Amino acid sequence: MTEVQLIELTVNGERHDLAVEPRRTLVDVLRHDLGLTGTHVGCEHGICGACTVLVDGAPARACLMFAAQAEDADIRTVESLAAPDGTLNDLQRSFSAHHGLQCGFCTPGFLMLAEGYLAERPEASKEEIREVVASNVCRCTGYQTIVEAIDDCAGRRRAAFQAQLDSGRSA
Amino acid sequence: MKPAAFTYHRARSVAAAVGLLNDLGDDAKIIAGGQSLVAMMNFRLARPEHLIDIGRVPGLDHIRRDGAALRIGALVTHHAVETADLGTDFAVVSDAMRWIGHLPIRTRGTVGGSLAHADATAEWCLLAVLLDAEIVAEGSGGRRTIPAGEFFQGVFTTALEPDELIVEVVFPRPAPRAALTEYAERRGDFATVAAAVDLDAPRVVLGGVATVPLRVPSAEAVLMTDGPRIPAGEAAAAAIDPRDEPGVSAHYRRALTRTLVERACEEAAAR
Repeated sequence: MTEVQLIELTVNGERHDLAVEPRRTLVDVLRHDLGLTGTHVGCEHGICGACTVLVDGAPARACLMFAAQAEDADIRTVESLAAPDGTLNDLQRSFSAHHGLQCGFCTPGFLMLAEGYLAERPEASKEEIREVVASNVCRCTGYQTIVEAIDDCAGRRRAAFQAQLDSGRSA
Repeated sequence: MKPAAFTYHRARSVAAAVGLLNDLGDDAKIIAGGQSLVAMMNFRLARPEHLIDIGRVPGLDHIRRDGAALRIGALVTHHAVETADLGTDFAVVSDAMRWIGHLPIRTRGTVGGSLAHADATAEWCLLAVLLDAEIVAEGSGGRRTIPAGEFFQGVFTTALEPDELIVEVVFPRPAPRAALTEYAERRGDFATVAAAVDLDAPRVVLGGVATVPLRVPSAEAVLMTDGPRIPAGEAAAAAIDPRDEPGVSAHYRRALTRTLVERACEEAAAR
């Protein structure tokens, strides 16, 4: 008989009690047990990055973690980016504006990679973004437009933050 | 692929992990960040019957200066070291982190896991040999310290006993003029050749040219007498005995070795 284990996962702010095999990776639990199919599965050995999610805010490969290891952690997937009414967030809009995707298979991974990275390093330069983007594999767009999408979004976020500071000062 | 079935155990302390290792024997493996182990399990190159998760064992996540020494807990991630300010004394350690895989690997992978996995191209393994690190392990016989020079014994093989796990690595001496560099066909991939140099010790250590991180005494002797750069690279290239492999000829690996040792010497001298 297959061994089943009870685990509790917090995904996009929601708690889930699950009975899963210990060998279930985080990405398989997200997709098969929680129905969150926005996170994609590519290579299953940590090379392609299609399964990238945020674990306690940091980008991580969901294929290289067992779900049981993610108990007590705060998991965020691509489903958390858009507003409940489906309005895309600024990073997603930037990918669209810069044509940062074609087939879209790799996109959820790139989005979560960029969200995690920009949260840690909002002042990232274009060269630093290019280096981080090398973490994930895209086989159709090429990386130029992805780099531009992330760089543009980072610039807009910095400008918005600065505007907020300025208005606070003048008030 | 999907990994084979196993039983999952969560250890709450080092003693509990040691107890589990004792009880479960050879069929058990420790998992920390799992960035090598889970990939191997997905390929079914590893099929442990039991996994002992030490990911949340408290007290193993420190990065601390202790006099001249630097002490790093086994569960510290590569990314934590990458972003820590280790000062000029150990800049070689934090700077080497960018060579480890990619950011999402470095946020999960751990120092102890990398040393225990003992890939001969792994940056932590090279750093350990380069800086005469002491690897602190705990088993049912208590704690002991294993010098890095005796720790790596062969392909993915270490001096750890079956009931031992790494709790800490200690770098006993500052290395302000040291550097690590490498070459891989793709950014973030396993190094074809990696070279690490400490001009003061002096030490020259190579990865990817033998089954363990390889010290090259003849190149160290050159650093002692001639000073850095080109002769050390030539000595290192002459000292290794690589085999022709598909896509990487012995000649090419030797040429890479010469170039990378020279480059590491220049970077170390420029610090």
